[in-house]
Amino acid sequence: MRYMMVIHNDDEALANANQQQLWADYAAFNQALAKAGAGFTSGERLQSGKDGTIVRSRAGKTDVLDGPYTDTKEQFAGYFFIDVATLEEAVEWANRCPSSRFGTIEIRQVVDAGKN
Amino acid sequence: MDDAARQTAEQVARASYGRLLAFLAARTRDVAGAEDALAEAFASALKTWPEHGVPANPDAWLLTVARRRQTDAVRRRQTRTAGEGHIQLMTEELAEAAANPDAIPDRRLALMFACAHPEIEAGMRAPLILQTILGLTAIDIATAFLIPPATMGQRLVRAKARIKEAGVPFEIPGREALAERLDAVLGAIYAAYAKGWTEIGDATAERLADEAIWLGRLVVSLLPEEPEAKGMLALMLYAEARREARRDGSGAYVPLEAQDIALWDEPQIVSAEALLRDANANGPTGRYQIEAAIQSAHVARRISGRANWDAVVALYDVLLRLTQSPVVVLNRAAAVMEVEGPEAALASLDTIATDRRMADYQPYWAARGHLAARAGRKAEAHEALTLAMGLATDEAVRQYLAAQRNKLQDG
Amino acid sequence: MKFMLMLYADEKAGAAIPQAEMAKAMQQMSAYQHTLEKAGAFISTAALGITEDARTITRYDGELKVHDGPYAETREQLGGYFMIEAPDMAKAIELAALCPAATWGPIEIRPFHPGYGPD
Repeated sequence: MRYMMVIHNDDEALANANQQQLWADYAAFNQALAKAGAGFTSGERLQSGKDGTIVRSRAGKTDVLDGPYTDTKEQFAGYFFIDVATLEEAVEWANRCPSSRFGTIEIRQVVDAGKN
Repeated sequence: MDDAARQTAEQVARASYGRLLAFLAARTRDVAGAEDALAEAFASALKTWPEHGVPANPDAWLLTVARRRQTDAVRRRQTRTAGEGHIQLMTEELAEAAANPDAIPDRRLALMFACAHPEIEAGMRAPLILQTILGLTAIDIATAFLIPPATMGQRLVRAKARIKEAGVPFEIPGREALAERLDAVLGAIYAAYAKGWTEIGDATAERLADEAIWLGRLVVSLLPEEPEAKGMLALMLYAEARREARRDGSGAYVPLEAQDIALWDEPQIVSAEALLRDANANGPTGRYQIEAAIQSAHVARRISGRANWDAVVALYDVLLRLTQSPVVVLNRAAAVMEVEGPEAALASLDTIATDRRMADYQPYWAARGHLAARAGRKAEAHEALTLAMGLATDEAVRQYLAAQRNKLQDG
Repeated sequence: MKFMLMLYADEKAGAAIPQAEMAKAMQQMSAYQHTLEKAGAFISTAALGITEDARTITRYDGELKVHDGPYAETREQLGGYFMIEAPDMAKAIELAALCPAATWGPIEIRPFHPGYGPD
């Protein structure tokens, strides 16, 4: 099963972390993802939620607002994909991700396009 | 609330929970029903004991109340005569237990065999034993097994329903099936221990390790003739003895070879050695005894100053023939390095290099990185240590690996 | 520049939509994807399973906690995404506004971070 691992970071906690170590850990984690094989993609990072824009169309009228959409302490900050047999394995990969120390990782199954 | 009464209730809960539950569930095979009945009995104990005093035999008191709840429940469900037969038997057993409370039959072992029955999904055996024998909550178990509490709760409910539906027997298997079935029970307990061992500095995990050792002692006391049960208990005690030595003063990871012997818990090692001697009286017969013997050869360092590496390699050879496991090949490699050097150790790892399971197995990459560094193969060591870091879930281990990787540049 | 269009929608409302109507919506979505491809803006897309099946983990202070469900209980839930290539945010907004999903929920547009490393 393919999972999107959605990373929600606490910007403040992240900024207070040892940056050199954090990014070294991240590089190692991405390398491990790449090594684990097909269906695994190394993480991508998004710009801060404050740099985002919200678009919504109602009755032909498009509203454009400043982001972020969710008003939470932690913000959607990035993601990676894995392809594993069970949800437990997905949890194990989330546990390995350096971001789990500075935020939350939401594990979402990707809907198989063939089945929908 | 009377503190003394509450304390007694808690002590009884700790010491007798599994015993009472096993007895209550044995006849009906309805583990969930027995749990409900026992929970109600404990609740009424907390209400009654502070007012009327703690009964002379708390176990018998709890059993009487729980059995009554259980017979009421059976009566509500089964109006036909089949149910009456059940009730008759339960009532007789209860009368007997109440008349002679010290002789409440200990059916915990039978309950453990039911929990580790082939009908029960392998991954749920340890959680089921932890819940039924020790009374741990789904929340506590879920935390240790990295599963959300609600999911763990559902799986426990399903596993208990499976025991009932499949008519899983509450009995100790006969001679011919005992070894294999006992292996499943020991496997479940050891899995619980392993969870409690790997998560360092986590209070829940440490408690889980204690609980697993408690279960190991229980199995040894109930099956004193079984060498594998002793072997497994010895194996857990060897590991437990080194718990404190795995971290230095600053919390950094310390590998086995570098551990300070003074931090090893001597009394635990002594009991492990005694158990192992006892188990091996007629020669080792199973993997837990061999693994315990390997640990024994490691801790020989505290007396001779050096681990008995030749013995460790020889024991791993026996274990490998027995299990054919890549993890054994991996652990053996560290010992091969001590005896034959890093190149020979790396060559031994090449036999499992293409095994798919190794691709994301953290200890494999840590070992490869360590061996390649010792062999002076810097680029290979750097890659392997990086992968090991990426797969590590423990902060101290990650930092240890990062330090190893930095050393490659310095030396 | 790479942008992520995060599609939010009310799952409960989505589940209540009759199948025929849902099929029509999905057709619109694949037509939208086609439009992006034609424009050379399409990178990838996926729909996500319902948040009820999600798991959320944290390990503050080193202790792993696993919860059922999504990270945030919001009125609308993240249900899928498009990754697109666009010269700037203005163009990304324009492309997002064409997405049928904008009619049933908000779309959050976020530029990708240029890479790993300290800010």
